Parts: sequence; C-alpha cells; structure tokens
Amino acid sequence: MESVKSFYETPSPAGFTGIWSWLITFDHKRIALMYLYAILFWFILAVLLGGVIRLELMFEGKTFLRPELYNSAFTLHGVIMIFLFIIPALPAVFGNFFLPIQIGTDDVYFPKLNLLSWYLYMAGGVVAVVSLFSDGFPDTGWTFYVPFSISTNTNVSTAVFAAFILGFSSMLTGLNFITTIHKMRAKTMGWLQLPLFTWSLYATAWVQLLATPVVTITLVLVMIERYFNVGLFDPSRGGDPILYQHLFWMYSHPAVYIMILPGMGVISEIIPVFARKSIFGYKAIVASSLAIAIAGSLVWAHHMYTSGMSDTAVFVFSLLTFVVAIPSAIKVFSWVATLYKGAIEMTPPLFLSLCFIYLFSVGGLTGLVLGAPGPNIHVHDTHFVVAHFHCTMFGGTGFAFFAALHYWWPKMFGRMYDFKKAYIAAVLVTGGFMFHYVPMFILGLQGMPRRYFDYLPQYAPGNFFAGFGALFMIAGIGLMMVNLFASLARQRTVPPDPWGGVTLEWTVPSPPPLHNFEKDPDIPDYPYDFSKIVAAGSGSRPKGA
Amino acid sequence: MKPQTDRTGNKMGMWLFLYTEIILFGGLFVLYAVYFDRYTEDFIAGAKELDRVFGVVNTIILLVSSFFVAASITAVRKAHDRIALAGLWGALACGAVFLVNKYIEWGHKIEHGIYPGSEKLLDSAGGQNLFFGLYYVITGLHGIHIIIGMTLLGVSLVLVHRQKITAQKDALLENCGLYWHLVDLVWIFIFPLFYLVV
Repeated sequence: MESVKSFYETPSPAGFTGIWSWLITFDHKRIALMYLYAILFWFILAVLLGGVIRLELMFEGKTFLRPELYNSAFTLHGVIMIFLFIIPALPAVFGNFFLPIQIGTDDVYFPKLNLLSWYLYMAGGVVAVVSLFSDGFPDTGWTFYVPFSISTNTNVSTAVFAAFILGFSSMLTGLNFITTIHKMRAKTMGWLQLPLFTWSLYATAWVQLLATPVVTITLVLVMIERYFNVGLFDPSRGGDPILYQHLFWMYSHPAVYIMILPGMGVISEIIPVFARKSIFGYKAIVASSLAIAIAGSLVWAHHMYTSGMSDTAVFVFSLLTFVVAIPSAIKVFSWVATLYKGAIEMTPPLFLSLCFIYLFSVGGLTGLVLGAPGPNIHVHDTHFVVAHFHCTMFGGTGFAFFAALHYWWPKMFGRMYDFKKAYIAAVLVTGGFMFHYVPMFILGLQGMPRRYFDYLPQYAPGNFFAGFGALFMIAGIGLMMVNLFASLARQRTVPPDPWGGVTLEWTVPSPPPLHNFEKDPDIPDYPYDFSKIVAAGSGSRPKGA
Repeated sequence: MKPQTDRTGNKMGMWLFLYTEIILFGGLFVLYAVYFDRYTEDFIAGAKELDRVFGVVNTIILLVSSFFVAASITAVRKAHDRIALAGLWGALACGAVFLVNKYIEWGHKIEHGIYPGSEKLLDSAGGQNLFFGLYYVITGLHGIHIIIGMTLLGVSLVLVHRQKITAQKDALLENCGLYWHLVDLVWIFIFPLFYLVV
C-alpha cells in the first residue's frame, strides 16, 4: 500500500501544483472536496442565520433585529440552505467522490463539465452575496412568490439570478451522473449490482434534470416581470398569480426529493455495513427510489391547498401525496429489517443513521398531517410546517450528510476522527433538534404563523424553549466540525476498509489513488455480501482515533 | 486502469440536455395552455393581428436551415469538407435572416404600441395583454436560443475549417446540429400557437 500515491500527491492534469492543481483539476475527487469546503462554508453561515432567527424569536417583541432584517434573515437562511447546501450537498460532494468508485471507473463521463458545474456553483454563491450588498437584502422568502417578489424594492432579481445559475450547476451534475452510470460502469456490473447510493443518485439525477428547467423558466419570468412588466401573473391584467405557485412548486416539490433521495442512499449504505448483514429488500429499495422520483413529481400542489384550487384538484393531489409515503415507508422498513438480528457494530455513522431514521420518520408522518386537506387548513403556514420540513430536510438530509461525512471521512482523508467526541456531538445535535422542533410542532398546532416577526404572549414559552434547542444544536454542529477537522492533523493511518464495508470504495487505498483503482476491480455479484467480513470476526472491529 | 472510451456517451449527454430545453419551453407552453383555455376569444383575436406571412417565411427558413445542418453533418462524415462548410454557412445565413425578420416583425408591433407594459395593452382586455405578453416572452426566448445555436454552428464552422472536426471526430458538430434541430422544433410548435389559432 505504501507505494501507491494518493490523488493528493498526483494532480490531474499533471504539472500543476498548489492552488492551481485544485482550481483547474478534472479529478472528480478534488472537485468533490472543493464542493465540500464551499458547501460547509454556506452551511455554517446558514446555521448561524437560523440561530439569529431563533434568538430574535426567543423573546416577545423586538429583541435585537429590525423587522426588515428579520425578513432578510429568514430569506437568506432559506435560500442558502436550499440552493447552496441541501440540493448540492450529497450529490456534489459524496456523489462526485464515490459514484465513479462505486461503479468501478476512474472518473465521471464529462470531467470538464464537472469542473464547470463547480464554477457555476461558486458563481451562484458569489451572485447571492452580491445581492446582499446592493439595494437591500431580498425579503421574499425562498419561494419568491408573486406579486410581492415583483413589487418589492429589494434586490430580488439578483437573488433569483443566483438561483438560476445554481440550477444550471445542479442540472449539469445530474446530466453528468446519468451519462456516467450508463456509459462508464465496469463492464461486468449489471444494473442490479449497483450499490444503493449510486442508485439513489441515479434517481436523483433524473429529477434534477427534468424538474430544474421548470424553476429556471419560472425564475426567468420573475426577472422578466421585474424588468419588462409583462403582467403574466398580474390579475389586474388577466394574469393568474396561482399559476406562478404551480410552476414554482412543479420544480420545488420534486426538489425536496433531490434533497432526500441521496440521503436515503447514504443510509442504505451505512446500515448494512454496521449490521454486518445484507440489506433487506435491495430491489424494493431500488424500486422505491424510482417510485419516489416519479410520484414525487406529481404532488406539487399540496403546497397550495389554501390558494384557491378546485376541490377535485385538492383531492387528487392529496391522494398522490399519500401515495409518496408508501415508497418512503418501504425504505424505513427495509432499514429496520436490516438491523433486525444483525451483528450490530456501533459507530458514529451508524448512530447518526439511527437518528436519521427516527427524525425522518417524524418528518414523514407529520407530512401526512399536512398532506390531508382537512388538518392542512388548520396548520397551513404555521410553525407546524416549519417543524415538519426541518424534520425531513435537516433531520433527514442534514443527518444523512453528517452520517456520510463520518462514514466516508476516513476514505476521503485517510484519517480517523475521535469516536467519543463524535458521539457527544451527535447527541447534542439530536437532543437540541428535539428541543428545537417539538415546541415548534406544538406552537404550530396552537396557531402560531411562520415567518412572523412577533407573536402573542401565549406563544412565548414554546419560542423560548426552541431557542434553547437551537443553542444545543449549534454547539453540537460546532463540536462535530472541530472533531472532524482536528483529525486532519493526524497521520494517514486508515486501512482501505476501516469499517468492514464491501462496496468498491473500500477495496481501494484511503485516500484513493488518482485513477481510483490500481488494477481492474473485481465486481462482486451482489454489492452487500458480508460473509467474508463476518468470517473475519471481531478483528475487523472499527476503532476511533 | 484505462479510461473507457465509449463515444456514444457524448450524444447521450446532449439528448439529456435537450430534455431540459424542452421542459424549459414546456413551462411557457403550460402558461399558454392555461391562458388559452381561459381567454380563447382574445387569443384568436390576437393571432389575427400577427402577420402570418412573416410566420410562414420564418418557418420555411428554419426548415431549410435544418436541412443545411443535416447535410453538413453527412458531408463531414463523407469527408467532403467544402460541402460541410457551405452547409454551415447556409444554416448561419438562414438564422440571420430569421432574426432580421423577427426584428422587423417586432418593430411593426412596437410601432403600433403593442409591447409589454404599453398603454394600448394596459387598456385592452386581459387576454390580449397575455397573448402578446406570451408572444414576446416565448419568441424572445426562442430568439435567444437561435443566437446560441448560431454561435454553436459558428464554432463548428471554424473547427471544420481547421480540421478539428473530421469524419472520425464529428461528435461536436452532431451535438450542435441536434441543438439547432431542437430550436427549429420548438419553433414548429410556436408557429401554430401564435399565428394559426384562428
């Protein structure tokens, strides 16, 4: 192993050193790491903005923000979290790094396009920053609903343009992944030998490709309306503002599956490894990923029950919403069934995955409360909605991102982190999470609207507790990051397979060499066969640094 | 490990990209469908005001340009570079004539006070405003695509001239050609929706 140089020592294209060996690299692993740093930057920023919002809401009336700044804070929190963190987080970082390795190849099909996607991502981020420092912070919320987004004087056009560029980045990544999976798989790897993370990226990529153009055109229309005043959504001139909402959610609801599907893929990788047991229902998980991608594209109007649709439309969209719950539940059952009678090896990635299952289930089940039109009328646009989608997006995708970080960190950097601190951080984040969002569910049921700067006295205790939860959560995230990055000061001592994983990324050195494989990989007949790992016994037990 | 060389992936990537373009215009066609359903009479009245001669001429121009592009791809494959170059010049010329026509057509409408936010449209029925609003947005976006397509064809032309696109290496030209055909195809839908709904 000593003789193999990792991709850190062999820049691609060759000959460039220092910063240039990163900025103009075509190596999918370097691009993935560049995404990781950029995405973590935005994530931390948006977490702090979220903290600011909750701190403001901890006490009645004005605490330390002006109402206008509060509006901007939640808009920024939403825009950054959605477009700059959750959508790209798993595909762009872990997809880029591990998809080619998992299918036994040396790079994505379009390496240059991959780098271009990164630059588009960065450009989108820069434009988003520019929108902050000219003409006032955007204050529309991340949904950019008309007519307010067209009439407000803040800098909506630039913020919308940023989302437009980021959409392109996401679309091109999807295009690249689909082509890579179709054309670059190892010759002997059939579709049902693909690891589940790759499968989930495949389903995600189709949604990215087919849904993103809808929001692109919608955002272009917002810009056109702001500059040319056509009146396509202006009721006084024949337009229909509800149509904007339809177009927006036609993308933005499928987009939540862009966010969650790769997360489910990560969990499907981690659970069998640490249960030392083949995944339960491989085909069912594959089928449910595709089913979520398809059915999830047909439920957008459940965001609009109170917007004035026909009862028939409400009925149909509600029914379809319930249908999406089925494949999601199939996955949860499969994960739990995989754990059943497994030889469970507790590690930080598994712990975070278990937290994921719990929190995501809460998010999914409260989604049904919202998907049913009756209760939806009661809790629409309240804190109940906020708590629900944070359970799915943060408790789901966010925790899957944390789990993926802990699972693949030793492979990406060749260094192991401290287990104890990782557990403490995970407990802090999860405990803080519950403390943060459970009060918000209750506040929502009691009728506290979302996005409001101030509230009635009866909502004070809930908001106060939620603020405390936020503090714990931020402290936990801080500790998690410190613990992970502290490992970078250590020596690279991690063996190729520190966990006992069996997918192809665990057959190559940590960190992998430039072309991933030294010789053509042996493709296993089935990606989750742990018989050898089990036979090796407890000698392969994972250890923290 | 050697990188795999499966060239068919280039074309696959392009087709995937073309899906996204179709859906981009699809969003606008959804708007058109909804508003046409709601304001059928106004849309028919609006279509009567558009000059059908311009529409027909532009349709023919684009169809001819697509022929030129297809011919140049076949020519490159048979290593007839001069025919390929002529085909690309022909397609570029068609694109330019299309844009000039569009310019004249838009100019006439703007002269008559029909443009987004104009007094005349503000005073007219909602359906009229939407018809012309969509007319400007959709044909405008299509016009931008024509310009992008011409840029791509121009790049291909230079590369064919420099022998960078050859019978063995024609993927770029073919992809640019596919893009151009898509732009043409979108127009085939725009034309009846705006000029022939009478």
